[in-house]
Amino acid sequence: MSLRIVVTVKYVPDATGDRHFADDLTVDRDDVDGLLSELDEYAVEQALQIADEADDAEITVLTVGPEDAKDALRKALSMGADKAIHVEDDDLHGTDAIGTSLVLAKAIEKAGYDLVISGMASTDGTGGIVPALVAERLGVPQVTLLSEVSVEDGVVKGRRDGDAASERLEASLPAVVSVTDQSGEARYPSFKGIMAAKKKPVASWDLSDLDIEAEEVGLEGAWTAVDSAAERPARTAGTIVKDEGEGGKQLAGFLASQKFI
Amino acid sequence: MAEVLVYVDHVDGAVRKPTLELLTLARRIGEPVAVALGNGAADTAAALAEHGATRVLTHDAAEYADYLVVPKVDALQAAFEAVSPAAVLVPSSAEGKEIAARLALRIGSGIITDAVDLEAGDSGPVATQSVFAASFTTKTRVSKGTPVITVKPNSAAVEAAPAAGAVEALEVTFGALATGTKVTARTPRESTGRPELTEAAIVVSGGRGVNGTENFAIIEALADSLGAAVGASRAAVDAGWYPHTNQVGQTGKSVSPQLYIANGISGAIQHRAGMQTSKTIVAVNKDAEAPIFDLVDYGVVGDLFDVVPQLTEEINTRKG
Repeated sequence: MSLRIVVTVKYVPDATGDRHFADDLTVDRDDVDGLLSELDEYAVEQALQIADEADDAEITVLTVGPEDAKDALRKALSMGADKAIHVEDDDLHGTDAIGTSLVLAKAIEKAGYDLVISGMASTDGTGGIVPALVAERLGVPQVTLLSEVSVEDGVVKGRRDGDAASERLEASLPAVVSVTDQSGEARYPSFKGIMAAKKKPVASWDLSDLDIEAEEVGLEGAWTAVDSAAERPARTAGTIVKDEGEGGKQLAGFLASQKFI
Repeated sequence: MAEVLVYVDHVDGAVRKPTLELLTLARRIGEPVAVALGNGAADTAAALAEHGATRVLTHDAAEYADYLVVPKVDALQAAFEAVSPAAVLVPSSAEGKEIAARLALRIGSGIITDAVDLEAGDSGPVATQSVFAASFTTKTRVSKGTPVITVKPNSAAVEAAPAAGAVEALEVTFGALATGTKVTARTPRESTGRPELTEAAIVVSGGRGVNGTENFAIIEALADSLGAAVGASRAAVDAGWYPHTNQVGQTGKSVSPQLYIANGISGAIQHRAGMQTSKTIVAVNKDAEAPIFDLVDYGVVGDLFDVVPQLTEEINTRKG
């Protein structure tokens, strides 16, 4: 029986660019290049490895975002995913984590799935709550923040490294998994993969395809409201000294003056 | 006054510091009612009462240790329904955020994660968040339902404020999903004797410039002279010189200590995302052009193998 894997990915503004807010206090996507969130590359990689181990598996990569978000899907397809779904709708602008989880859960159900794999967090919002929200909505086990993951005989197993302990987890499929950047280096797309990706199907769905009303998502439907966003004031220039043999002592002097010693 | 639920992070009854900080913040918006679950839950009461909890709701069951996250969501939901609070506050640990998110969805509320400050507003609590690698500060409200907010460690000073802290048993019925993800083994992390990274008042970090596992002894010695936690950049972790649990940065931990000392760290955006909100920043780096120097209050351009041991020795001498 085929193992149906859905990988959720996000198209995010490049962290090395000058990220800022638009007038409506949503993330300004026009002035900064976007890309597949680095942490989602690990999710694609683990999906590919799990698919390799399975007799028969199909990987669908899913994103919710504007037109440009197709770039993120193309990257995942060129890494080796089989097909893609792009959920795009003008009414989605400004959707928060709770709304995003609704769209993802509806799309995952429509696509059909045995296993959902996500990155541990996006590199822009960094909340890390969407996988848990999707699991809650789908009513399936969450097996999240894994640094190691495998699937065998309809059971997903993994290792979750927390602050206090490292835990071994286990759940029956269907399930929602999220993986950390310790799960294994993500592969680079090969030339062959990039060429093949151009021929892979990308389905486009909008809110009506998912039976979601416009009021449930977007800025109007958001469960939170951003009142203000202020750029952090530039730090006042600090004191910089060159070590000429006394650098450590000078630094100790500074720490003492600040009462740290 | 309205009651505010505070989820308690504790280890066998020992309350972790971020929860005490939460109690301080909770008092700005109402009367804190603490929810402590699992082994030793009732033992948390004295510490919670001393920091302002008017009531402590407790429940212990094997499910909290044997299954991931969901049993705790069931319990927090039971507490929510019993108390009808004005807000729910949860420490911003990885698990805390997952618990809070699932609760918010169940009760039809919005959620704010990783708040760094909290104040009372005209229409409910207003949270401050630090976003885009701490280059922006936003003020956010929950606009639907009862605000569920997770708060990062070091967001408030712990203040004692003795309250009744009456222990009450919480009634919890676990749902069908509670036993979905089984914890089949647990290996406690070995204690280094140093403070926990995200909670520490001082963090001493090493990066690419430390150049090797054994050289981290220099970083650890400096940390120990200051009673600090040890952090590492992604480059140092990826090279295998220091454990991932100590990684500071976008894909690791975010820290906001009183003092952050970066050694041999250039200060790429990924690292800055995890430490830029530190109150005082100090760096030691050979490269005068390293971007970390744009952030520092005090920087030493020099070889860390000269500067750091001298600094450690000087600190130990001054402490005498």
